[in-house]
Amino acid sequence: MLCSAKPVPLRTAESSLGFQLQVLSPLHSAESIVSKTQSTEKEISSIMPGKSKVMSMAEAVRRLVRPGASIALGTNLEAAIPFAASQEIIRQQVRDLTLIGPISDLLFDMMIGGGVVKKIIAAWVGNVSTGSGYNFRRAVEQGLPRRIEVENHSNLSVSTALEAGGMGLGFGLIRSLFGTDILKENPNIVPLDCPFTGQKHLAVRALVPDLAIVHAQRADEEGNAHVWGNLGITPEAVKAARHILVVVEEVVPRAVIRADPNRTLIPGFKVRAVVEEPWGAHPSPLQGCYGHDDEFYLEYSRATKEPEQAEVWFKEWVLGLPHRQAYLKKLGPERLAGLKVRHPAPSAPVEYGY
Amino acid sequence: MVIKPGELMVCVAAREIKNSDVVFVGMRLPLLAFLLAKSTHAPDAVGLFENGLIRDEPARGPIVTMCDPPIITGAVACTSLREVMGYLQQGRVTLGFIGGAEVDVFGNINTTRVDRTRLPGSGGGADIASLAGRLMIIMSHQRRRFVRRVEYITSPGFGDGPGWREAQGLSGGGPTAIVTTYGVFRFDPTTKRAVLTQVHPEVDLETVRRETGWNLAVANDLGLTPLPTLEELALIRRFDPKGFWTGA
Repeated sequence: MLCSAKPVPLRTAESSLGFQLQVLSPLHSAESIVSKTQSTEKEISSIMPGKSKVMSMAEAVRRLVRPGASIALGTNLEAAIPFAASQEIIRQQVRDLTLIGPISDLLFDMMIGGGVVKKIIAAWVGNVSTGSGYNFRRAVEQGLPRRIEVENHSNLSVSTALEAGGMGLGFGLIRSLFGTDILKENPNIVPLDCPFTGQKHLAVRALVPDLAIVHAQRADEEGNAHVWGNLGITPEAVKAARHILVVVEEVVPRAVIRADPNRTLIPGFKVRAVVEEPWGAHPSPLQGCYGHDDEFYLEYSRATKEPEQAEVWFKEWVLGLPHRQAYLKKLGPERLAGLKVRHPAPSAPVEYGY
Repeated sequence: MVIKPGELMVCVAAREIKNSDVVFVGMRLPLLAFLLAKSTHAPDAVGLFENGLIRDEPARGPIVTMCDPPIITGAVACTSLREVMGYLQQGRVTLGFIGGAEVDVFGNINTTRVDRTRLPGSGGGADIASLAGRLMIIMSHQRRRFVRRVEYITSPGFGDGPGWREAQGLSGGGPTAIVTTYGVFRFDPTTKRAVLTQVHPEVDLETVRRETGWNLAVANDLGLTPLPTLEELALIRRFDPKGFWTGA
């Protein structure tokens, strides 16, 4: 049963050690228009396709998240946010990251407060339940804990940039944002009239993130992942990114994925690591698994308003905890039980036979 | 019974939704307004949510964000942001809702920065304001928010007046109303300036004038907002039982 909330022992990808495969970047053609990845392609690519990519979160972050990398994450908007991954990134203090996303609720604010962010390329940064993100504000207004660069987008423009990246194009097109200061300030959005009708359009420069981190309900050991619920800009993010880290509630047999191929949002060939981390999207909701932990967002807002208190919060909830299991233990079984599905609504099976 | 300003705003906004509307629903109060309209006079209205959700019936339980499970359960479709934004860009969305930190007399909205204070940013707000057929703005009425000119245009209204939207290339119709804690503004078709056309019960004009940062224009036939019905109040409290969005 998916989302039993019972901690499952982690497996490591022993099979991946000792092999080094040359994997061609599927976005080779788009490479000239974006910053090149600083990560060691050889090491990332050493994980064999067709074999298990299951590993612990600590190992996945160590292998895939390199200082200075650009990462698309929190791309479902307010749901399925890969908080377990982001907290491990903060714990390992992998710094100078560029974060790419739409409205990733308080994820980006948390990572900025955790000191790992150099640049934000996003439509919105804050806390959806309360408004302002205080770590974001401190970073922009006072340079605390460090100054960050912000490239302002709308949801449509950032998704268009990723879509273009995923299609191997240099830019995408929108007809939004005319007359705004977002357009005035962002050098990566420029006017371009339609060559056929002359109608005004805006060209949005493609984005090809080094990595996309996605939280999914389930995947097989190769990283073929089923996602359901709202998708946000995840389809574009996984197409655009060079590599994908998939965090799942449950690793399932190959047959489960292949029994419902329309539900596969992420094909395993671009996935470099699969991490089984039940409750890994908490406090954000995950359809069919758990709801939105309202109180967590309010408490985060109160606790991060002042920098001294924020430091205490990060120690208590991120830096002072060795791994996700400790985080879940700290939340307590009662709190988690209160977030579980209480009104089941399974889908009707469909026939894939021939 | 005490009616909270947030509840009144939700009712006013909900009444703007027609049964035939395809609505691009924002977060917070607009989300409640859509759920209320669906449950009362606009059962056939279709809601598009920027997370990719298409919904034609009210959420099955209380929600805090548009991604909470009770609003996904029973949806017509769970797609991607680009799919619903596509409907917006091709002109199929007849009504959009947004809020903001600052609004000016031409309905331009700022959610990016005020002086040195950094705000969260556009989200989908700029896209909705650019492309929706009609745009409803919902905001708490305070002088620091209702400014003569916004410092930063995040979501475009009528810019600096008549003809601006067309010259820029904006295809959406622009703002039709601002629903506030004190009343409702509509936009003069000629000057494109906001005019107070309606006040809520027990609100006096002096208060509105004091809390508005531009020279307040008042319609000759100033209306009075009818009180929410018991049914409307009950529905709002069903969708927001803890007063999370409408205020404690």
